Amino acid sequence: MLKGRFGNYGGQYIPETLMNAALELEEAYSKFKDDQEFKEELSELQRNYAGRPSLLYYAEKMTKDLGGAKIYLKREDLNHTGSHKINNVLGQVLLAKRMGKTRVIAETGAGQHGVATATAAALMEMECEIYMGKEDTDRQALNVYRMELLGAKVHTVTSGTQTLKDAVNETMREWTRRVKDTHYVLGSVMGPHPFPTIVRDFQSVIGREVKKQILEKEGRLPDALVACVGGGSNAMGLFYEFIEDKSVRLIGCEAGGHGIDTDKNAATMATGTVGIFHGMKSYFCQDRYGQIAPVYSISAGLDYPGIGPEHANLSDLGRAEYVAVTDDEAVEAFGYLSRVEGIIPAIESAHAVAYVQKLAPTMSREQIMVINLSGRGDKDVAAIARYKGVQIYE
Amino acid sequence: MNRMEKVFAKGKAFIPFITAGDPSLETTEQLVLQMAAAGADLIELGIPFSDPVAEGPVIQEADARALAAGATTDKIFAMVKSIRSASQVPIALMTYMNPIFTYGIEKFMANSREAGIDAVIVPDVPYEEGEELLPYCSKYGIELISMITPTSEKRIKMIAARARGFIYCVSSLGVTGVRQEINDDVKGMISLVKEVKDIPCAVGFGISSPEQAAKMAELSDGVIVGSAIVRIIGQYGADCVPHVVEYVRRMSEAVKQEKTDI
Repeated sequence: MLKGRFGNYGGQYIPETLMNAALELEEAYSKFKDDQEFKEELSELQRNYAGRPSLLYYAEKMTKDLGGAKIYLKREDLNHTGSHKINNVLGQVLLAKRMGKTRVIAETGAGQHGVATATAAALMEMECEIYMGKEDTDRQALNVYRMELLGAKVHTVTSGTQTLKDAVNETMREWTRRVKDTHYVLGSVMGPHPFPTIVRDFQSVIGREVKKQILEKEGRLPDALVACVGGGSNAMGLFYEFIEDKSVRLIGCEAGGHGIDTDKNAATMATGTVGIFHGMKSYFCQDRYGQIAPVYSISAGLDYPGIGPEHANLSDLGRAEYVAVTDDEAVEAFGYLSRVEGIIPAIESAHAVAYVQKLAPTMSREQIMVINLSGRGDKDVAAIARYKGVQIYE
Repeated sequence: MNRMEKVFAKGKAFIPFITAGDPSLETTEQLVLQMAAAGADLIELGIPFSDPVAEGPVIQEADARALAAGATTDKIFAMVKSIRSASQVPIALMTYMNPIFTYGIEKFMANSREAGIDAVIVPDVPYEEGEELLPYCSKYGIELISMITPTSEKRIKMIAARARGFIYCVSSLGVTGVRQEINDDVKGMISLVKEVKDIPCAVGFGISSPEQAAKMAELSDGVIVGSAIVRIIGQYGADCVPHVVEYVRRMSEAVKQEKTDI
């Protein structure tokens, strides 16, 4: 019965209408994940379309400036479409195609997952519709146009808090309406089984590459891995390969918004409790009656009231640590990495950079840490300018 | 005979759904009592949820109104207790898993029993996850209502075998909401159920007109109507009771009309 569990977390809490589709997906995935032809096709796309392997870059100036641990950046921002999201999307759309689906739908927060899905759909000739909260279509207007350029239809979601959570609600509703020809390309390590496993597997290429690259460069494993966490796919993709390597600290950076002592944050591990929502048992920001809380973050991609079930389990086991980073700290780090390394990070990834600014100086120069630079910051430039009081029109 | 067994004992059942606390718990209490008097055989009461993923816009808005007006699980239990002093109409709570889980599954079922609830319908708990609720449902005598849908196919027999009370047959794909056309596939779904178990089957999702209700009643043991009623409540607010009662009377008559020409 307890399928797709990570300790106590995970599961398959979905309407009966979707059960057959979830079971079909599970069956197709277990068939194709070890299929030689499927694996070769995906690996070919990753190499020659997405640009993998992504670089592991030694951030020498940042290292010297902070005066502690040696800092490497895993450059997922250099992937085609500008973030780690393409890793999962290529796998899922290829799988959907093998399953005979002709249409893909997806939620998006910042727009990175929506852009990646629209891209893969264009390449693989699938019909594509994206659901995005109104607050996010406003703050990420450029990505909306980008998705439309790629041939996707973008639906502005006006229900609830009009952010990522509501985009997920609306995509699930659409999936129940049209489940037969449609695959839901879920964008993070969340949702009902088998999504947390599928997305983690497709993202785990990040950690596998890091391990190989760091062994080549340093001849040893890093001491800490740091990644931002909303649903948690880039973090899980980085961590997974290292879970058994107990000497490696795994650190997830949540959106602290205005601070975890305020009601304006999206720091699920810091402020949430165990619940069951969006198909999974995990931690959620909610009230004592189980009403999901309206969360907040400057980062549309981290503005989500839950976290993937495997993270919940890693946290309970004490294997991974989760820390909150505020808007102000992330915005400062966004500028810092741009100035010091000439790399503009996504505001999501800037949360991880901000924590490393605090952590690295407390570590010794012999120690090594890797930040997952999960996305590039072009999409955020106008919003950050507005945050600082500069009016820029896209 | 317990209250649940009485629902289908007199023939075809009419089952209205309303969101508790929309527009206020006082109005909900009046609606329950008067719908029962107007012919409702079971009342499905929704606990409002912040993120009702199985609902269309009409019930989503009702949930938002009820939450804004201050409805909580505890206040709903208290309201049902108050209803029980005046009426023995069977009541099923419709809620998502999170409000049950967060409240504490055992405490939820114990308080349901104490309040006089007869059954729970939990749309995001499929067969596979039912084990988490079932021990507490049986301990406190609350029926967990099973749902089948047009995509259930091979799963119908498995679901029917474990089902209790009645089976909620979802007429169409998608979320709740009024539909112009309703699929006749329910006939096939229900006959699969009856091959396994003699359990009443009620059809819901999309039904709004007396004609649709009569047609679905011919194919099944009962008809569930939600969005069409909730829309009336949304339209008239605190003054909705007579309008809802009139509608429930017409729908109930349509459902119960004995047809001799089939």
